[in-house]
Amino acid sequence: MPKRTDIKTILIIGSGPIVIGQACEFDYSGTQAIKALKKEGYRVVLINSNPATIMTDPEFADATYIEPLMPDVIEKIIAKERPQVLLPTLGGQTALNLAVALAESGVLARYGVELIGAKLPAIQKAEDRRLFRRTMHDIGLDLPQSGYAYSLEEAMKIAEKIGFPVIIRASFTLGGVGSGIVYTREEMLDAASTGLDASPIGEILIEESVLGWKEYELEVMRDNADNCVVICSIENFDPMGVHTGDSITVAPAQTLTDKEYQKMRDWAFKVIRAIGVDTGGSNIQFAVNPKNGRIVVIEMNPRVSRSSALASKATGFPIAKIASLLAVGYRLDEIPNDITKKTPASFEPAIDYCVVKVPRFAFEKFTGADQTLNTAMKSVGEVMALGRTFKEALQKAIRGLEVGRYGLCGDGHANDKRIDKARKDGGKSRQEMLEEIRYKLRTPNCDRIFNIKYALQSGLSIEEICELSMIDPWFIKQIAEIVEWEKKIPALNKMPLKDKKDFLFATKQYGFSDKQIGWLTGQKAEKIRSMRTKLGVRPAYKLVDTCAAEFEAYTPYFYSTYEHEDDVKTDGKKKKVMILGAGPNRIGQGIEFDYCCVHAVLSLRDEGYETIMVNCNPETVSTDYDISDRLYFEPLTAEDVLNIVEKEKPMGVVVQFGGQTPLNLTSSLDKNGVTILGTSPKSIDIAEDRKRFSKILKQLKIPQAASGTATSYTQAREVARRLTYPVMVRPSYVLGGRAMKVIYDDSMLQEYVGQAVHVTPDKPIFIDKFIDNAIEVDVDALSDSYDVYIAGIMEHIEEAGIHSGDSACVMPPHTLSAAIIDKIKEYTRKLALTLKVKGLLNIQFAVKDGIVYILEANPRASRTIPYVSKATGIPLAKLAARVMVGKRLKKLLPDSSLKNSPPSIGYVAVKEVVLPWTRFSNVDVVLGPEMKSTGEVMGIDSSFGRAFAKAEFAAGSVLPRSGAVLVSLGPQNKTDALPVVRDLLNMGFEILATRHTAEFFQKHQLPVREVNKIDEGRPNVVDIIKNRQVALIINTPSGKASRADGYHIRRSAVIYNVPIVTTLAAARATVEGIRAQKSKDWPVKSLQEYYKN
Amino acid sequence: MVLKRAILALESGRYFTGRSFGACGECCGEAVFNTSLTGYQEILTDSSYFGQIICMTNPHIGNYGVNLDDMESKKPAVSGFIVREASSIVSNWRANESLAEFLTRHNIVAIEGIDTRALTRHLRDSGAMRAVISTADTPPSKLVEKARKSRGLVGVDLVKEVTTKHAYITLPRTKPKYRIALLDCGTKENIIRELAERQCEVHVFPAETTSGQILACKPDGILLSNGPGDPSAVSYVIETVRELIAHIRDNNHIPLFGICLGHQMLGLALGGETYKLKFGHRGANHPVKDVETGKIEITSQNHGFCVRQESLSNKNIEFTHYNLYDGTLEGLRHKTLPIFSVQYHPESSPGPHEAHYLFDRFLELIKK
Repeated sequence: MPKRTDIKTILIIGSGPIVIGQACEFDYSGTQAIKALKKEGYRVVLINSNPATIMTDPEFADATYIEPLMPDVIEKIIAKERPQVLLPTLGGQTALNLAVALAESGVLARYGVELIGAKLPAIQKAEDRRLFRRTMHDIGLDLPQSGYAYSLEEAMKIAEKIGFPVIIRASFTLGGVGSGIVYTREEMLDAASTGLDASPIGEILIEESVLGWKEYELEVMRDNADNCVVICSIENFDPMGVHTGDSITVAPAQTLTDKEYQKMRDWAFKVIRAIGVDTGGSNIQFAVNPKNGRIVVIEMNPRVSRSSALASKATGFPIAKIASLLAVGYRLDEIPNDITKKTPASFEPAIDYCVVKVPRFAFEKFTGADQTLNTAMKSVGEVMALGRTFKEALQKAIRGLEVGRYGLCGDGHANDKRIDKARKDGGKSRQEMLEEIRYKLRTPNCDRIFNIKYALQSGLSIEEICELSMIDPWFIKQIAEIVEWEKKIPALNKMPLKDKKDFLFATKQYGFSDKQIGWLTGQKAEKIRSMRTKLGVRPAYKLVDTCAAEFEAYTPYFYSTYEHEDDVKTDGKKKKVMILGAGPNRIGQGIEFDYCCVHAVLSLRDEGYETIMVNCNPETVSTDYDISDRLYFEPLTAEDVLNIVEKEKPMGVVVQFGGQTPLNLTSSLDKNGVTILGTSPKSIDIAEDRKRFSKILKQLKIPQAASGTATSYTQAREVARRLTYPVMVRPSYVLGGRAMKVIYDDSMLQEYVGQAVHVTPDKPIFIDKFIDNAIEVDVDALSDSYDVYIAGIMEHIEEAGIHSGDSACVMPPHTLSAAIIDKIKEYTRKLALTLKVKGLLNIQFAVKDGIVYILEANPRASRTIPYVSKATGIPLAKLAARVMVGKRLKKLLPDSSLKNSPPSIGYVAVKEVVLPWTRFSNVDVVLGPEMKSTGEVMGIDSSFGRAFAKAEFAAGSVLPRSGAVLVSLGPQNKTDALPVVRDLLNMGFEILATRHTAEFFQKHQLPVREVNKIDEGRPNVVDIIKNRQVALIINTPSGKASRADGYHIRRSAVIYNVPIVTTLAAARATVEGIRAQKSKDWPVKSLQEYYKN
Repeated sequence: MVLKRAILALESGRYFTGRSFGACGECCGEAVFNTSLTGYQEILTDSSYFGQIICMTNPHIGNYGVNLDDMESKKPAVSGFIVREASSIVSNWRANESLAEFLTRHNIVAIEGIDTRALTRHLRDSGAMRAVISTADTPPSKLVEKARKSRGLVGVDLVKEVTTKHAYITLPRTKPKYRIALLDCGTKENIIRELAERQCEVHVFPAETTSGQILACKPDGILLSNGPGDPSAVSYVIETVRELIAHIRDNNHIPLFGICLGHQMLGLALGGETYKLKFGHRGANHPVKDVETGKIEITSQNHGFCVRQESLSNKNIEFTHYNLYDGTLEGLRHKTLPIFSVQYHPESSPGPHEAHYLFDRFLELIKK
């Protein structure tokens, strides 16, 4: 059937900010969809609140709305754009939930908008656990036993009937929030009430535990003629009980016979048909009892998902693109397979390699968080690796994680040394070590993979490890083979030269990195590299071709392995540029950098270069084989990148766009004679070296906070007292705000030096004078070392001291004077030219008492590049890429805009962040110098108040129009808070406060109601939050005094989803936001319209 | 595990060095590749592979061992087996032994640790070719020589090597309703299982059985099975099929269903021609379109020869199925007689199940 011609305009809903459980994969799917649908001639309207996405680039959709993802906002867009259809299956759970809301409230019917891809009943059947179970039951498929509960008593009854352990799932929640495994009656009470609260409809499902069963996923596609295909089978390394997002997963499935696999495949088709997903992709999860092969259906997602992104990258089959084409009426056999060009998309990919995905966690950012993995997802990113064997792919994936590992141990990691020592010491320490390992095998955690290796090295049998971890013996055996081979590696040194080549080749086939081989043989990795290349032990690159080489393939998507035949032909016709990606998402480095990389690729392609992309994050747009001329799906380590450089011989490598990951490779690449495009490695070095950077600032007469270095507590105290408290401290060896802290007195300093970080002479701490209550400002600039274009000056809402990645900010600045702005511009220009920046430069300033201080400068793309680009309509990363290959800014930008930068915009754009507090119980809800946010949204409107309100709503913080505001302040903020409280009272809010705050306000003639602190009797402050009597909380943490109460107030706010503001600056902005949204209805306006005016 | 060196040598002169993981010795055969991700046990025991050395493109093979249920014939039919990595552990509750044990027990030479993708690309570009695997310390050049001297598949009757020696009857679990005569040219067990599941009593006949002997059992339907090698070399079966067709034409109403080699022999008996494909179709992911319904089936495939469509024009034949990869003919039907056939494997095993409907279609013809 050809495509539908009754459709003119298609509305697509994006997934909003990056949160745990919803990341770049939906930018990848949305971008694919928009590209595919536009190519078919449809008009595409997009709404997404996340400015860091490629899909919200104004050149993708015809109308792009960066607006809060809320039903009433979407209704306005529908009323304005009048789309015929809504495609809800590409924006994750967020888009699906919104589509349901719009359908159920009658909006879609009112405007005659048809849901395509998945209809309302299909979404309901898949999403509502009860309907899902009934449907599965009707078609005769097996499921775990279960029951629904709406109260604790009901929950308990059901649990006892099924028998412990049971699984609890809260209905209609994201990524497993409110879900968990319950082993006892006592735990049941807690878990059931959390689940009932988390569910928007107060419903939980209690299920038979299939803990420890094998877990599988099938990615299925269906077209409107009822043709079904399986794109990929995925087997989880971690058994049932660990959320798929937190599991190591493997494709294709490894331990299913054809009989079992085909049964699963038959079931998958039955599921997609019975649920009624007419067209598109779905993901169906199964559990298999390893003892008897019993298969049960776990769940299905009637949309593209994280797994479908993984499956697309794992197989080369672009699920989201095909799903969009199917949604507009095409059939699978009418769409060609991009890769073979000759064969249709109606087939099932055959792959001749092994794919391993490993999640990346960020527990180090959340002290106190429970690190046990369970059914609620906790990881923040992932890497994928391809190898010809599982062993090779696993080791590649681990070194791609960038967690200080260069493979599965054997790399001199401190933990390996500790375990080694315990093993050698024997006796009690060995016993304790074994206990620790057994515990870590039994309790799923992010280090389990390493502990499996320790267990094998310590002599535990494969059987025992399987029993403890419930991981399939096949996987454990693969790791055992790595262990066995590792034992042979130290003998390399004494090996006769003629044997070395074969041995090294074989070692490489096990996935060992040069770093590991170096460590195991007592040599430097560089030494191994040169020996290896001399002996001709080099990787071969193979093609990802969807067909296991059965047909000639044309898509340049490659991975490395150690075999004798290389599939990849290189020719020297075009000049090549290699762009290094950002690796796995993590807090502090995410989609923003992928955005920059993709822009760099697109603009360099336009310039006529052949672009080579290297990255290992399967969620991203950059790893879509459609983006660059050649895609290498490889870990971003010096070894892997240099191998590709040797193969492709590019004229230069771009390290500016992928965040810290490629920047960290600069010196290795430079040393190996690789040309770094853009800002020179020397300049990068200066910016990163405190001493040299300070020297330059002195020369330029740019103020900087006074600072010092210390290697002991006494020294630190001396420095701190000289600088005067408060001071900002940080260890010298970490980046990205890790373990940074504001210290107010000697005792805090002692605690920090003694416990938080171990200070040694070779690992000093840095101490800076902390500029208290300063306004922080971020600047993004672009330079070609002759001219400087200031792209954006962003004023932070939160004061300096809060990590810039966690601050809301506004463009243009709304409180800074013209004189200050001039100063900022002057410093930026000076610094850019002195550092000879060729490309992007980000500078953070602190402004206090009319003085502009520089906090730090990074000569690379910053996190704010997409936000600034979207706010101004100037594609910075694209321009920067052109500058890096030699274009002058003068040629790229008109004289007037170069002189009058930053461009003035006739509207206000506010960036707000989202924080993962709900994911990590027991973690205090406080912002500080260490970044904790996972994503961002943008609010854009004509006034600050409205833009801020939009940003808050988009970030999920529902600003109230009326009700009670709980105010609880630290002593330093009380006076400054008076105007805020007055404003709130004037707008008709009731003010609640704990005793000291209440007394203070009453002294100032402000009517407030006093509420009990936690130890002052019931109902106390937490009770009233629980009872939802509070519409907004303003709680500024203070030194130490009210810590305990503050902590509980903040946690309760998160649990009960009450908007909370933890800084006074944000409180002021919030008041403006409330005023703006109270006064008038929001207009909606597309980016294209903003840019036109 | 003691690692023993093995060499795979091809008639093209190319050779690969790997490790032996099956029986010791030497084997000759036509090297072909199979892209199925699962089902190596079914593939190994599928008699259609007689005389061939199979290269699996999925690198990890042997993970779930070998069990008693998933046999497609009594013993492996392949000459040799090639994988990237044979599993050193068995992980599946149904497994009885490891793949290596199974192959060794059945005296099948197997090689692992070679670049199977390079081999596959070579076979794709140069076509299926004669090969030798040896675990003896023979120089590769000698083995290449041997490969060149070995017999190929064209014009060779391999059916007689795999057909049952004696006729036998398989009964369904419930009371039989229909009687099917199955002419065994190397049938897969699953064809018989699928029929038995549909309440058929299956009379399995050796390939040399005459039409008279077949008809003597008074079948409600006749099935021509899959099998190895070149269909044109099995002239006696083609003759039998011709007689059966004549009988159907004259006395009407015994439906005839051909699968794979059976399809090819039916094509020949109807007056058509067959030809050899460059590297064949072997895998579980080929899309086939049913012309009548427009539906796509993902099919299980294993054939090196094909019926030439043009050779059957003007023969009262309808072409019912096409391969969407290369447009080759995948199914046909007689316009007036209850005769039809498919080139692929509706019995699957290994592979997708969606073509099972063809057995239903066969039974519907019988019920008419």
